[in-house]
Amino acid sequence: MRRTLGYRMNIILFLLPALFLFVAVLIAPIIMSTYYSFFDWNGLTAPKLIAFKNYVELFTSKSISFLPALKNSLLLALFSVLIQLPFALWLALKLSKHLPGERAFISIYFMPVLISTVVIGQLWLKIYNPDYGVLNVALRAVGLESWTRSWLGDKTTALGAAFIPTLWQYVGYHMLLMYAGVKGVPRELLEAGMLDGCTEKQLNRHIIIPYIKPILRVSVIFAVTGSLKSFDLIYVLTNGGPVHATEVPSTLMLNLLFLRNRYGMGSTIAVMLILLCFLFALLINLAFKEE
Amino acid sequence: MTMDSEKNSLGRLNFKSGSSAKVSRVLEYSVLVLWALLCLFPVYWMITFSLKDNAQIFGANVIGLPETWFWSNYARAMTLGRMDLYFMNSFLVAVITIIITLLASCMATYAMTRLVWKWRGTMNKFFMLGLTIPIHAAIVPLYVVLGKVHLLNSLPALFIPYSAFALAMGILICTGFMGGIPYDLDEAAFLDGCGVWAIFFRVIAPLMVPAVATVGIYTFLQCWNELMFATVFNSSEAYKTLPVGIQGLAGQYLREWGPTGAAMAIATIPTLLVYIFMSKRIQESFIAGAVKG
Repeated sequence: MRRTLGYRMNIILFLLPALFLFVAVLIAPIIMSTYYSFFDWNGLTAPKLIAFKNYVELFTSKSISFLPALKNSLLLALFSVLIQLPFALWLALKLSKHLPGERAFISIYFMPVLISTVVIGQLWLKIYNPDYGVLNVALRAVGLESWTRSWLGDKTTALGAAFIPTLWQYVGYHMLLMYAGVKGVPRELLEAGMLDGCTEKQLNRHIIIPYIKPILRVSVIFAVTGSLKSFDLIYVLTNGGPVHATEVPSTLMLNLLFLRNRYGMGSTIAVMLILLCFLFALLINLAFKEE
Repeated sequence: MTMDSEKNSLGRLNFKSGSSAKVSRVLEYSVLVLWALLCLFPVYWMITFSLKDNAQIFGANVIGLPETWFWSNYARAMTLGRMDLYFMNSFLVAVITIIITLLASCMATYAMTRLVWKWRGTMNKFFMLGLTIPIHAAIVPLYVVLGKVHLLNSLPALFIPYSAFALAMGILICTGFMGGIPYDLDEAAFLDGCGVWAIFFRVIAPLMVPAVATVGIYTFLQCWNELMFATVFNSSEAYKTLPVGIQGLAGQYLREWGPTGAAMAIATIPTLLVYIFMSKRIQESFIAGAVKG
């Protein structure tokens, strides 16, 4: 049945629906985004070719403030890698040692990942509510009245307050990946370590963690690129405010598109995001290879 | 990479332990329990305040169980908040996305794993690019093109992009499953006179049921919760999905949290039900996606 015209035709027909969707919705738009990024365009009048001016403006203009937004998302990436991932790894290592309730813990930790970010965002908005939120109510109850504040409305605390739900929500995701990795460590390796008199800490450090390095690499890449792309929770919690204190590239992109009708500039941010995600993924891969 | 390979697990390895080790065990266990409570609290709080009135939410009973149960919050979320409409929209979008994704990814996987041709490996790698492409990349051109073909503010404006972005994951999961189906079956069917279409629909597709379930759940979770496309491509009341609807409702009921809580519970409970019954399969699909991506 091979090598006939009909057979080739069938291959094409089987591929067609997926290929059409994939090219039309993912591949072509990336090319179009890149193309738009070289134009000054408000979506209505004719686009004007301005070459790299959007890129120059993006990095120099104070009124667009892309660099502060990028700094915020990189700060989120830093917190994610330094706090969220080590904590997730700790949970994974502990849980993989047959504690009572192991399965229940895994399922509970992973649950926030599945809940809509709008719901999570709205819940945290209410937790942070200056008047009735659980946080301020609790502070007042223990006599720390002076600590209460409008957590998301105060420029000094807004960024931290917006980061916490993001970090909280995805601990379970990284924990799950790492847990699966730890469970995949061959028992012989662990037994060999035990025979050499390793303590639990040494076993973690010299056998398990080196073994699950490929998974740690994936986690770091997800944490960093996820932070660069972060949108949902910031959009719900602050939408970049107060006074751009919590702006990230994605919220900036939507504001430029739909409040200022700057399609060319919006595309420029989209292109920068894709480039940065690939760049960081590449760097992280290199860093893990070096070791 | 399964999660319950007993023989590889760390169980019953005995570490030397003294009384100080015991204390640190207890401390560690307390941290695990505390984190579990922190993960459960927002959901618990949402469900309880969805059944309270303002006096209870803002008064003395902030985190306790409701004293009197205000089911009227749910009725108001449904009728005044139009959660019934948004639920239906979300449901339709999810179901259509799942059908398109399943059909397209099963067919493509069949072409790339069971049919023999030169570039099939390259084609598979090409599709796997989809695992890393962020949806941001497509938002401006899609908005412009959907506007041009008059599809903004409609359900297709959501399920077409959702299906496309779910494809890579669908193909990844299907490839794993299809590799496990013996090739003898294809050959036997071929000798019986079946063409590739008959082999696909009569032999392969019925054996793909477990993959269908995994892809279906994964796709459901992605589109049920999606916010960016749903906000940008739809501004019409008639086609809003749950996440966008909840955003609107929360803004509308700033001084009254009960109905918002009810709306959020309505959106979350289906997800939680699916999770309770299929937690392992859901977790495995997330692991599979990450390890390959």
